[in-house]
Amino acid sequence: MSTTQALTDGWVVAQRNLIKIKRVPEILVFVLISPIMFVLLFAYVFAGAIDTGGNVDYKEFLIAGIFAQTVVFGATFTGAGLAEDMQKGIIDRFRSLPMSSSAVLVGRTTSDVVYNVLSLIIMALTGLLVGWRIRDGFVDAVAGFALLLVFAYAISWVMAYVGLLVPSVEVINNASFIVIMPLTFVSNAFVPASSFDGLLYTFVTWNPVSTLTQASRELFGNNGNMPVPDTWSMQHPVLYTLIWVGILLAVFGPLSVRQYRRTTSR
Amino acid sequence: MTTMIRASGLTKHYGSVKALQGLDLEVPEGKVLALLGPNGAGKTTAVRCLTTLLVPDAGSAEVAGVDVLKDPVGVRSRIGLSGQYAAVDEHLTGYENLVMVGRLYHLGKARAQERARELLARFSLTDAADRPSKTYSGGMRRRLDLAGALVAEPPVLVLDEPTTGLDVRSRQEMWDVIRELVGGGSTLLLTTQYLEEADKLADDIMVIDHGRAIAQGTADELKAQTGGERIEVVLADAEDRDAAHRVLTEVAAADVLVSNNGRELTAAVHGSGTGDLLRVLQGFERETVTVLDIGLRRPTMDDVFLALTGRPAEDEQATQEKTQAEATR
Repeated sequence: MSTTQALTDGWVVAQRNLIKIKRVPEILVFVLISPIMFVLLFAYVFAGAIDTGGNVDYKEFLIAGIFAQTVVFGATFTGAGLAEDMQKGIIDRFRSLPMSSSAVLVGRTTSDVVYNVLSLIIMALTGLLVGWRIRDGFVDAVAGFALLLVFAYAISWVMAYVGLLVPSVEVINNASFIVIMPLTFVSNAFVPASSFDGLLYTFVTWNPVSTLTQASRELFGNNGNMPVPDTWSMQHPVLYTLIWVGILLAVFGPLSVRQYRRTTSR
Repeated sequence: MTTMIRASGLTKHYGSVKALQGLDLEVPEGKVLALLGPNGAGKTTAVRCLTTLLVPDAGSAEVAGVDVLKDPVGVRSRIGLSGQYAAVDEHLTGYENLVMVGRLYHLGKARAQERARELLARFSLTDAADRPSKTYSGGMRRRLDLAGALVAEPPVLVLDEPTTGLDVRSRQEMWDVIRELVGGGSTLLLTTQYLEEADKLADDIMVIDHGRAIAQGTADELKAQTGGERIEVVLADAEDRDAAHRVLTEVAAADVLVSNNGRELTAAVHGSGTGDLLRVLQGFERETVTVLDIGLRRPTMDDVFLALTGRPAEDEQATQEKTQAEATR
């Protein structure tokens, strides 16, 4: 089936997912409140305890990390949405229609980009209120936001695969917490990479969440005088992050579509 | 006559559970075949194989002349499926649900909208068209789901237990709708746990058990094989059992069944049993048998099963639970 077909069918499914935001606005409220909470918690509670060595103001340093953490967590929605479709039986309707077999996945991952765009806007506004500023020009900043969205999109496909495998929505929420929490906390999102030692330091510098954070931090001009770890990944954060995006999409795209073709409601 | 649905040797195992063991079936154009069987008999698995949702381990199937395994997308554009659980999006309105389905059948936006309005009117859902479907009653959701199956006017319809879980009135409404569809010339495969439903809607009934067909025929043919109406008697005193058994045997089409407590007897009679009922009452008076209750009832799927297999129609799960309970005892 053609790519155009996959995209038009995917768009129909995405519209269906977006109607849910309109019908159950409470979901959106919670999606948007948690990043605000993170910005305020870290900016005011941990700011004094985390040592940036006087290289950069912590609030400035923090925001890119919060952005990265939030959009990565946002991918859980993709998995939860698919798990719900399986539980409620609508997946059988989709699978019995002559539509493209990647459309449900394309639609779901696309509608979740909308969630991420909304939460980035809210976080950026909250960030501006607590003193965060974009210091490196408009184009770079747009590139920073785009990188965050592209990386989140790739993680969405990982979660899509997991969502098709797990038996219920509750499982995916817990499972993603176990994976995403360490990925975002064992990174330079909240503390400088230099505060880790040994193996943890190696993990942090090659963790794509770190390079995503580093890349957007640099694109927003928020790195200050903070020394950048001397690994290839951290020296080329945009490229390294994009390589991860490519790998994740190449692996989990086909894997998810294959799983979707085999799946029936529970 | 063209065969619209054909399956041969369909086999599907889930681990040690043999859901389908070489099922063969044929439905000619414009006819209705009902698959009758208890939970776990393999009905849903058969439906899923025929509608491309599941790939069978062995066997082949064709729907509207298209091979299910070789061209699943071709099959999907020729079938309408309405499942056991209404597959509608609860956050979307009835109208939005149908437009979405129409667009995914590639009808085009304008035609999908027009078709959605037509179907909502036809299924008496116009008043509820702009309400999210989660506010619908069970019967309304099923009707919406069935409407979804009809969006592209497919030549073949597959309905998996369309009335399971519905109340009497919604079931009646659903039957009316299905009869109308069949009147319009659709070919229909229907699964059900109710003999009455199969009797009312189908030209041909296939009884399936453990993934195999154990009997097939028209409702009348099946009744001739398994007996017609049942006379059920509850005795005031178990001592009258032998006398009651004698009287019932005179009219019975098969062995008279006696319950464990010896006070309830059931006899299958030929055809319509009102004349037989009268004769039984006269016999009871002659033999001075006192009854607490006596009545005539239509045969159910359980009766058909008992007559065909010599054991009650229990679903797999219930059997397993029972075995486990007995093991722990």
